[in-house]
Amino acid sequence: MDKTVADLATAVAGIEDGMTVMIGGFGGAGAPIELIHALIDRYRATGHPTDLTVVNNNAGNGHVGLAALIEAGMVKKLICSFPRSADPVVFTELYLAGRIELELVPQGTLAERIRAGGAGIPAFYTPTSYGTDLAKGKPVEEFDGRPYVRERWLKADAALVKAEAADSYGNLVYRAAARNFNPLMCMAAREAIVQVSRIVPPGGLDPEAIVTPGIFVQKVVAVADPHQEEDLNRANAAYPLEA
Amino acid sequence: MDKLSNNQIAWRAAQDIADGAYVNLGIGFPEKVAQFQPAGREAIFHTENGILNFGEAPPPGQEDWDIINAGKKAVTIRPGTAFFHHADSFAMVRGGHLDVAILGAYEVAETGDLANWSTGPKGVPAVGGAMDLVHGAKRVAVITEHVTKDGKPKLVKRCSLPLTGVACVTRVYTSLAVIDIEGGRFVLREKLPTLSLEALQAVTGAELLVPGPVADLIVPEV
Repeated sequence: MDKTVADLATAVAGIEDGMTVMIGGFGGAGAPIELIHALIDRYRATGHPTDLTVVNNNAGNGHVGLAALIEAGMVKKLICSFPRSADPVVFTELYLAGRIELELVPQGTLAERIRAGGAGIPAFYTPTSYGTDLAKGKPVEEFDGRPYVRERWLKADAALVKAEAADSYGNLVYRAAARNFNPLMCMAAREAIVQVSRIVPPGGLDPEAIVTPGIFVQKVVAVADPHQEEDLNRANAAYPLEA
Repeated sequence: MDKLSNNQIAWRAAQDIADGAYVNLGIGFPEKVAQFQPAGREAIFHTENGILNFGEAPPPGQEDWDIINAGKKAVTIRPGTAFFHHADSFAMVRGGHLDVAILGAYEVAETGDLANWSTGPKGVPAVGGAMDLVHGAKRVAVITEHVTKDGKPKLVKRCSLPLTGVACVTRVYTSLAVIDIEGGRFVLREKLPTLSLEALQAVTGAELLVPGPVADLIVPEV
């Protein structure tokens, strides 16, 4: 079995108009910048994919990565917990102009909805958001004397994920806190597309240390020296990047 | 009116963190609490994005942007650091595993209701982990100025701003006093020694109960 694909364009070739796409990362940590940029390249060349629903913790920062995807006009709706950042101008302007939808979800609920999607659990109860505006319209049930809000699973057609290393079976290890939402999104997406700094032969990763088992991963592409969103933004970069 | 600085409020909150406690500090002002850990006590800090037992900020230029806190500021790892994914991180939060969460506030009601995520329908709403953090930690404490910039009480009978959580706050450290929330009422524990009870009550939006002795709130210059 070999889940590696030759290049970024091939990796994102299956993402079509109207799909729900989960994108890993918390701010810039674990953000699959090169996969996002490959998707923007395809849109610029072909006009597709567009009308995407994107799931991410944030709404992008500056003019690279997720912010550039939004700026390109490819995103119809964003599902996130915190659409603010140091430089959130792209999302903010579109949102205030009524040109992008927002579903605001508490961060832990977002994580658990994604986990539930990957684990085959269609709904669950959480104390989070009980009695707040974000619980409006959701069923409430009492367990052991405390009220809980029912939340639904979240699944996706595709996930764009960044990990540190993979083997050809798609087993993944991550780097530090770049892990965040990435392992959950691999589980919840029909097609998990992963960029990694290194692809190693089977046996090259310690089985005890695997964070995402390969059954949750469909495509792996090598990006040897990935950009870090924070570095790009500190350099005031915008996509397409200058050489 | 005399009042504590933000550093002094953070210092006072830090004195109540027990040795060995697992602690989450909200982004912004609550992060200051970490600077004032009493000597000889070890607190283990949790950040929503998947680090337990992180260390202080690195010197400028030495940031590793894969090692950040929930406010997306660079932090460091130390012996005993653990990384984990977001579902595990919020299992720690909701599952009752944290000893203390310390958060900021726009308003706190005598019922323990907290409003700290939205100032109303204008602009872009953003909630992050605030609604999760108010559930699950054994103690949910708030640090805040006692009144708003234009002098209105932040401790109120009922919150007027959108709620973060219902009946969740257990203690409030303000620039003037330390107040517990018990049985849906504010219970005064400590106040600045220069401040009369009447003066404190006048800037508090709900009745302060005084069932026992009130200690002097004395904080060093920090």
